[in-house]
Amino acid sequence: MATAAARLQQARRLPGVEGVWVFIAADMAMFGLLFVSFMLERQKNLALFEHSRHTLDANFGGINTLILLTSSWFVVLAVDAAKRNRVQRVAPCLAAAMICGFAFTVSKALEYADKLRSGISMLTNDFYMYYFALTGIHLLHVAAGCVVLAVLWKRARAGTYNSAQCVGLECGASYWHMVDLLWILLFPLLYLLR
Amino acid sequence: MSGFLRDARHRTWLLLVIATGATFWLRVDSDIGLAAAAGTIAIAYIKGRLIVLDFMELRHAPRIWKGIFETWLFVVSAIILAVYRFGLPAIGSA
Repeated sequence: MATAAARLQQARRLPGVEGVWVFIAADMAMFGLLFVSFMLERQKNLALFEHSRHTLDANFGGINTLILLTSSWFVVLAVDAAKRNRVQRVAPCLAAAMICGFAFTVSKALEYADKLRSGISMLTNDFYMYYFALTGIHLLHVAAGCVVLAVLWKRARAGTYNSAQCVGLECGASYWHMVDLLWILLFPLLYLLR
Repeated sequence: MSGFLRDARHRTWLLLVIATGATFWLRVDSDIGLAAAAGTIAIAYIKGRLIVLDFMELRHAPRIWKGIFETWLFVVSAIILAVYRFGLPAIGSA
């Protein structure tokens, strides 16, 4: 019985290294606090938050969601290719994920530019303070993720990743999925909740 | 297409895209207050869980790690909904 339990525990595997997961968990805890803080502040001034939310273009948020989901999917395919020793497929998948990351950044820049042109900034009111802070911090994570993907892509092109050596790739993939996961909650919070 | 859908990760991606579409439907075609909000947050929770289990590959990870991320997602979603519900009556009077 004890042997079976030990075998099951052994079969359970954490992708990448534990340290990266500690970092990811800490990052997500910080975002969790920010999400709750936003909701509490929203409750204090519903009319202002609701009025300000209407000035956001949910289409931008929706398109960004699809971009990040697709990007994550490409990263999943890259890790899978490495594990199946289809070494040549890893780099193109990572390149596609990276292009999605850049597309997200461009889309966000367009959205910010639109707001700033309309005279809306972080100082306009509490909603926009949260909007720029939350999406800005998230965008920094996307930018960092793009750098990680670029490094992984370069290494993948050299044929570094395969079934015996993919821990680094898994670490980068886990971080990128976290960026996606955070946006999944951020999108309804800022753009959709009436 | 059926070949594409045979792969679980492809199905997960497709489900996530469809769920995003459903969120948009709730936004555009419904005016049902709390139910729409609950639906929106529930969809976000389901999408998040798919990412945690299938994309982050925590479905078969040690229970402690799977538990940490599933708990985070559940607690954050539940708090968002609870705070939303608590503040909902004030919207009508605003």
